[in-house]
Amino acid sequence: MAKKEYAFYPGCSSQLKASASNYLVSTNAMCKSLDIKLTEIPDWNCCGASVGYCEGGELPRIAINARNFAQAETHLPGQDIVATCAACWLGARESKERLDGSAQLMKETNEALAAAGLHYSGGANVRHMVEVLIEDFGYDGLKAPMKKSLEGIKFAGYVGCQTNRPFGIDGESFENPLYLDKMVETFGGEALTGYDQKVTCCGGALAFSEPEKSQKQIRDIVESAYDAGAEMIVTPCPLCQANVEVYQSEINKKQGTKFNMPVLYYSQLMTIAYGGSARDAGLNGQLIRAEKLEKIAGK
Amino acid sequence: MTTANQSAIERYRNNFLKEVEANVEEGHMVKMCMQCGVCAGSCPLGNAWEHSPQKIFMMIRAGKRDEVLGSDSMFMCTSCYNCIVRCPRQLPITHIMHGLANYAHRLNLAPKGQPTRDFATLFWNNAIKKGRVNELTLTLRHYFRGGLVSGIKEALGMQSIGLGLFLAKRLNPMEIFGGHGVKDLKGFHAIIAKAKEIEDRKKGFTA
Repeated sequence: MAKKEYAFYPGCSSQLKASASNYLVSTNAMCKSLDIKLTEIPDWNCCGASVGYCEGGELPRIAINARNFAQAETHLPGQDIVATCAACWLGARESKERLDGSAQLMKETNEALAAAGLHYSGGANVRHMVEVLIEDFGYDGLKAPMKKSLEGIKFAGYVGCQTNRPFGIDGESFENPLYLDKMVETFGGEALTGYDQKVTCCGGALAFSEPEKSQKQIRDIVESAYDAGAEMIVTPCPLCQANVEVYQSEINKKQGTKFNMPVLYYSQLMTIAYGGSARDAGLNGQLIRAEKLEKIAGK
Repeated sequence: MTTANQSAIERYRNNFLKEVEANVEEGHMVKMCMQCGVCAGSCPLGNAWEHSPQKIFMMIRAGKRDEVLGSDSMFMCTSCYNCIVRCPRQLPITHIMHGLANYAHRLNLAPKGQPTRDFATLFWNNAIKKGRVNELTLTLRHYFRGGLVSGIKEALGMQSIGLGLFLAKRLNPMEIFGGHGVKDLKGFHAIIAKAKEIEDRKKGFTA
């Protein structure tokens, strides 16, 4: 039996051939090393994301999240729900808090769920993978399966918004959370504590609708990583990863910069540190190759 | 939609604050604002919008219904939650902005052609169509929102990124034929329809 078991909520972007598919690949490898068993919530659906507010409204958004809770509660009783995507975690946890706090909302939500023969009774904790790693394993526990050091690589820990606000990781500050730096250091990498755009917003969904405004944010995030001496950016959020990596070429084209900064997930770093191959870590999913990590993986 | 708007005007007369409290997500917290302006200074898109949350809250109390519901400010929200964690009165500002945007959108008073209003609508409709987001059709529909010519131009501008994502196995052209989705789509749609029915009735969108 696995050391820990969770009801897994991978989210739309983690699916096969979706924009964060390499997040899922590396998460699976990381969890294998830590002896974590992730069981997908049966037939899970989209959380609606933050930007769903405009057309989705309040109750429909909460109801679709409750559908996932009901599925987890029924099919994976007693297991915490774990999301890897910041927006999934936020959307789900926010819905759960609203439902916990209002009997009226719970009643209306169950009225909606009943249309599909489902019922939610208020169980199933909603957590982020980083919370699980830090709270259920701890930095020492995470270090235990380590086989290779990430020594010699300088990382800018880009925490971003939604893994950090409004919930964040327990005990961390909103303005300067340290957990990502601590994770980097746990695996022998150099965490650049002087990286000053750690919690800056990448623009989120507005990268599509307001590209210029978002690319200004992204430019700051990447430029500051260079200024701090970083060789790579590491992040816990799939939208941060995509926006910050994908638009570098656009910014180069429009603004004459020469950005070429790899943007990784913590799970990719950990997979390599646990002795996994570049493929296990999903490094073939990078648009900007992380050559130094590939080299460590090949050793 | 104008009927829903008219009945709201008649019902609340000159008390816009009351209307917001009753119909806008977390709207009951608006009156807690003490006008300190921390939200305005914390917003990553602070210089892009006409009215900061602080101003919006005061305008609500001053009964500036047309100005608030016609403002593009709420659509500048990136959902970064900086304003929420910094607000000394603990107003759920992000949620109120989302709620106001939704209310203005549903009453059809929100600015027409506002890019985030359009993208947000596209996103929700894309996500609920099959229960999971289809990133390919979402992106294509967004690029082609202004018609074929501008769409081709915009898509061509992004083609190197698209190719890169495809080669990295992070974009699947086959998604044009459907892509990922939930199995119990009928049940999923029934949940949303019921939830929408309850909400529309409560908030007067059905008029």
